[in-house]
Amino acid sequence: MKHTLRNIFHSSKFVVGFAIFMFLLVMIIVYPLINPGSPLEQIGVGTFARPGTYVSLYDAVKTTPETLRIQDADEKRMANALTTEDKVAMLEWFSAVGVDVSGLEMDDSEGFLELWFANYDESAKPKGFTMAKRNYYKRLNRTVLDLQTGEALVVADPDNETGELVKIGEIKKTDYVNVGQVTNVKTLPLGTDNFGRDVLKELVGATKTSLGVGLVAGIVATALGLTMGLLSGYIGGIVDDLIMFVTNLFTVIPGFILLILISYSISPDLRGPTTVAAVIGFTSWPWTARSVRSQVISLRNRDHVNLSKLSGHSLLRIVVTDILPYIASYVVMAFILQVSSGILSEAQLSLLGLGPKTTVTPTLGLMMNWAMSYSAHINGTWWAYLPVILTITLISFSLNLMNTGLDQVFNPTLRD
Amino acid sequence: MSEDRIVPSKDFTNAPLCLSGRHVTKVFGFGDKKTIAVNDVSFDFHEGEFVSIVGESGSGKTTLSKILLGLLNHTEGEILFQGQPRDISTGKKRNAYWKGIQAIFQDPFSSYNSFHKIDSVLLDCINMRGGKNLPMEKKVEMMTEACSFVNLKFAELTNKYPFELSGGQMQRLMIARIFLLKPKILLADEPTSMVDACSRATILDMLLQLRDEIGMTIIFITHDIGLAYYISDTVYIMEHGKFVEYGKADEVILNPKAAYTKRLISDVPKIHEEWDLSTVELATE
Ligand SMILES: Nc1ncnc2c1ncn2[C@@H]1O[C@H](COP(=O)(O)OP(=O)(O)OP(=O)(O)O)[C@@H](O)[C@H]1O
Ligand SMILES: [Mg+2]
Repeated sequence: MKHTLRNIFHSSKFVVGFAIFMFLLVMIIVYPLINPGSPLEQIGVGTFARPGTYVSLYDAVKTTPETLRIQDADEKRMANALTTEDKVAMLEWFSAVGVDVSGLEMDDSEGFLELWFANYDESAKPKGFTMAKRNYYKRLNRTVLDLQTGEALVVADPDNETGELVKIGEIKKTDYVNVGQVTNVKTLPLGTDNFGRDVLKELVGATKTSLGVGLVAGIVATALGLTMGLLSGYIGGIVDDLIMFVTNLFTVIPGFILLILISYSISPDLRGPTTVAAVIGFTSWPWTARSVRSQVISLRNRDHVNLSKLSGHSLLRIVVTDILPYIASYVVMAFILQVSSGILSEAQLSLLGLGPKTTVTPTLGLMMNWAMSYSAHINGTWWAYLPVILTITLISFSLNLMNTGLDQVFNPTLRD
Repeated sequence: MSEDRIVPSKDFTNAPLCLSGRHVTKVFGFGDKKTIAVNDVSFDFHEGEFVSIVGESGSGKTTLSKILLGLLNHTEGEILFQGQPRDISTGKKRNAYWKGIQAIFQDPFSSYNSFHKIDSVLLDCINMRGGKNLPMEKKVEMMTEACSFVNLKFAELTNKYPFELSGGQMQRLMIARIFLLKPKILLADEPTSMVDACSRATILDMLLQLRDEIGMTIIFITHDIGLAYYISDTVYIMEHGKFVEYGKADEVILNPKAAYTKRLISDVPKIHEEWDLSTVELATE
């Protein structure tokens, strides 16, 4: 036993898989301690806030600033304010009024501005420029002018009695506040989703639920499959025929179709994560049963089983002590695969909208479903689905890696 | 060959019956894959008789022994236990039957549960003989005695797993098991296949000793007709699932009638001739 364990932990594949899985487990245990609260809490009013650190503007204004003269600050500000779209529009204007733009780089915002101020004339009417287009350039000019002028923004507060705005301060371009001194700063490493929920927090919660779903599905499938396989293989006869008939049915009707049909027929109110997990387990036991059966059949005629019979041992005892230990490693591997496929099944079901209906906990599949229904993949809001896909991949990758590692330890012929 | 023999074979035809078969047939598979492993055999084994079943590999010896043990259902025919039709239809009846009939299986390596220490094999025997509540010292004493009966030291074997034993040690431990169980009938399927010639003689002597002490019926399965002649009272010659010849060991082997028996007997010295030839060739080279 100890020997086997040591062998298992000498298998690099198992260790890598185990490490990844442990990392995920630690994450789902530790993260909620750092960031408590419901994973479905809506913190954003808008949808799909980008990942990053959010600083409260209100608090920032109220924080005492330092004056920092940073050389390229203006440049950056301009570059940021002047979008590529603006620059393209400017180029069009320049060519219309016949300005030589050779040597002007696209990222040279200052150069653009210089040329602009030298050549823009509000009254000019270049050929082919409609009224609307000229108005667009007027607006562009105003934005550009704003960038140039105005050393400071005025902070005003309405007077309590008269309601008149009273200047209470100024924000200069050289004013900086230390993020650490701003009272409210919120980091959203993975932004928010379509409902304005913290994606990372949601992801951790979803991973937990999905692992739970996989575990329950794996336990149900393995327990059922093991029992059926043992019965069918050891007792044989009519029991075997019956069980084989059922598993053959399952082979003819693809498990996933059956899963869809069953899930569809359960009313959404009853479709919690545990129910879905049980349904997944219930539709995936046959292959465990089949393989357990074939192992048991090859074992039941072994002489140690015969000797056990001759020693007067009961059927239960023979199954438990003379058959089970020989297939235990196999059952563990089948269990791991069942957990992995359970998680994937949940994701597939949820993607189709047949997953657990829950308002308390998200699942990985539900997150995918939400991201898809709100067109995250079209909007380019990758943070709403890419981390989910990555997590699903990591889970099944780590589980399958562990399985391969175990396989190499238990069936040494596979070792390369 | 007759000089090898230590005891003249006894005639058991009038001894009380202990295990008989009538037209026993076993067919494996069906259609193209059909194998008739045991083909319509009838026999009478008597109390205290040492019977050898001799046949080539694949002749159906092991299959017949599994049928006799009640571990395999026969396709046709009838097995009689002490002259009465054998009834092993329920678990209880089977367990009662197995108190009287035990076996040493052909392959010692697959006879042990590799997850259990070998002590458990012997302890099971003591429990089966009603010694469940004996103090541990008494059990150890019994196990030590059984082991020394087969020239093994219990102290060296205790707490070991089967894979830590040699094939010969495993086979001898199986005989120690029989020593503890003292069944009325023993089916020994090539019990000496893994031991050297010297230990073989010792093991056969042990079996004979058990037979003499407790009147055990021994059904000894072997492909070695010389060995069968050396040890048994009665010999059954099996070819392709059929008994082609049987009778008192002396009569069958010194005066064989079936062609198959003659071939089996002639095969024994032939091996030596070939061996001699090859050594001669080697020497001249
Ligand atoms: N479970 C089984 N299923 C199908 N065929 C079997 C089975 N067991 C044995 N047989 C076949 O029955 C025949 C007799 O086998 P058996 O094991 O009884 O031979 P044996 O005389 O004991 O041979 P050996 O000396 O090699 O042990 C063989 O042809 C074998 O292939
Ligand atoms: Mg055999």
